[in-house]
Amino acid sequence: MTARDSDASRQAATPGEADPHGHDPDPGGHFGSYGGRFMPEALIAAQDELAEEYEKARNDPEFVAELERLLRDYAGRPSPLTEVERFGAHAGGARVFLKREDLNHTGSHKINNVLGQALLVKRMGKRRVIAETGAGQHGVATATACALLDLDCVVYMGATDTERQALNVARMRLLGAEVRPVDTGSATLKDAINEALRDWVANVADTHYLLGTAAGAHPFPLLVRNLHRVIGEESREQVLRHTGRLPEAVVACVGGGSNAIGIFHGFIDDPEVRLVGMEAGGHGLDSGEHGAALTSGTPGTLHGARSYLLQDEDGQIAEAYSISAGLDYPGVGPEHAWLADTGRAEYRAVTDDEAMHAFRLLSRTEGIIPAIESAHALAGALRLGAELGPEAVLVVNLSGRGDKDMDTAAQYFGLVPEAGITGGDQR
Amino acid sequence: MSLHEVFRDCATRRSAALIGYLPAGFPTVPDSVELFRAMVRGDGDTPGCDVVEIGIPYSDPVMDGPTIQAASGEALRNGFRVRQLFDIVSAVAETGAAPVVMTYWNPVHRYGPDAFARDLAAAGGLGVITPDLVPDEADEWLAAARQHRLDRIFLVAPSSTERRVAMTAGAGSGFLYAASVMGVTGARDSVSGSARELVRRTRAHTELPVGVGLGVRTAGHAAEVAEFADGVIVGSAFIDRAGQDGAAGVAEFAAELGRGVGKSSTPAP
Repeated sequence: MTARDSDASRQAATPGEADPHGHDPDPGGHFGSYGGRFMPEALIAAQDELAEEYEKARNDPEFVAELERLLRDYAGRPSPLTEVERFGAHAGGARVFLKREDLNHTGSHKINNVLGQALLVKRMGKRRVIAETGAGQHGVATATACALLDLDCVVYMGATDTERQALNVARMRLLGAEVRPVDTGSATLKDAINEALRDWVANVADTHYLLGTAAGAHPFPLLVRNLHRVIGEESREQVLRHTGRLPEAVVACVGGGSNAIGIFHGFIDDPEVRLVGMEAGGHGLDSGEHGAALTSGTPGTLHGARSYLLQDEDGQIAEAYSISAGLDYPGVGPEHAWLADTGRAEYRAVTDDEAMHAFRLLSRTEGIIPAIESAHALAGALRLGAELGPEAVLVVNLSGRGDKDMDTAAQYFGLVPEAGITGGDQR
Repeated sequence: MSLHEVFRDCATRRSAALIGYLPAGFPTVPDSVELFRAMVRGDGDTPGCDVVEIGIPYSDPVMDGPTIQAASGEALRNGFRVRQLFDIVSAVAETGAAPVVMTYWNPVHRYGPDAFARDLAAAGGLGVITPDLVPDEADEWLAAARQHRLDRIFLVAPSSTERRVAMTAGAGSGFLYAASVMGVTGARDSVSGSARELVRRTRAHTELPVGVGLGVRTAGHAAEVAEFADGVIVGSAFIDRAGQDGAAGVAEFAAELGRGVGKSSTPAP
């Protein structure tokens, strides 16, 4: 299936040819049987308002131009595509290219989504933004966009995460955001989302919930995906320029799935390109301690959408586990569920140990310290390269940088004598 | 007796229906059965609840405030399982009150909507309140509920547009649950004026009875709401009372609320 038909590749590469709305969900937000709006009635009006405003905005040249300007002049787009030969030697000798979302302002792909949504908030005339965050990346990005666009910002963060990501809490506060620790439930990302939803239902008249991933109720999966599609569009153009052909596979990590859906969409109309998502395998799927909703979950509804999730036989949501806080989530965006069922994308699980191996390998072979989330994609590339061999071209989404993970890494590898660099509590 | 008949009889007695909520299995399954019985019994002078909302404790209750979150969490930690719901429903049905279930959608989705409707109907349940299932997403549930003759109780909110109120009223049966304020469950110091306005808007679209919930804490609130609504829904305040005074306190509180909604102290002839 490794299509070497260069005619087909060139044809598919023609800019502007693909219908930009060709992969949209139905008007109710369904991707097949997934997605939709499993939400309190009280929030439906706000979801409708957001969907309508987004439809207008994405067809408004002024909005599009303003977003493009911010992405270019503020966030630093386009991000480079870097070939990593020394790393590739460990991936069966395949040519491996990294999409450098780690070089964006705030250090991850998250900035694409927050700038777009924050501009929508201004259009809707709302003054207050709330957000959830796990590792703190989305919270920092949201606080950044709110500082730039003069919006009030409240970030909900699980109390467990505020402890293990204390530096990001400080960043958000420095940027002017209020960080509210959440100690209900498991005190992690899903509980932060619950608390943000409770805030939203009480304050929806003047408040926008700036959701950080391509999950949740319609229109969030569509909106967030489209705001991240720039990752895939740039990658496709760049890999064609570097190699003259399309890659065998595009690889990304999947927690909620926003960076993955963004890069996948650049290649979704190229059937010869495999789209491979790497989920958090934690201590291994058999251990029950992981975050692999697609590889080992079942369909259900969580946070507003039907998708795959980790749950018990009563439908109680299970606690996820991953060494990476950003993948530590029991659900996944609904379009990934659809892509998995249709077979257009494939999903695998990568354990903590595999991810940390790839984390150190990239650091040592290329001088790039990846986010542990992104290290899951790198570990996937090591496996895929070994399977596909030296002729293969792989594009890996390096969704974020690893500075935030130094405490975890120091402890994992025993790099410092004491428990950690900042004294943060690690599990 | 159907929900329709319960509301009709209350109206005949010039009372609003009193609807009481507690989570199933809170704090344990046997204790919760005692609390539900107390909620219906009242104090021997004034009867208690006409309709009992039996909540399924859920891991991620996004529409609930701290009181119900804590009670649900306690029920789950004490081992509540969904299959235990049906015996609790049967016990409530035996009291003569009308049992309905309040649940987030995922436990029903997981159980299988048709199987859930079948087992609930067999246990004597009359309907289901679905706080995170709007009619737009409810085709499978509507079919299952009709098949097993259960009422489909949807919510309307102050933010609902006229079009959505009309659509929701058209899809629902039994009664409509009007959320008095924009917010989650939990006792409040006053019940917002938006409740009266929402009930008025809702009545323009339907003959269904309208129950008002969120924030009703005292007999005074209950009396105030009973002036303009067909049903008064009390949840968090029952949990608080159960925590303080157990089943006896719940029975006494139910009677106070009963007097608030207009129940006479001597049963109607």
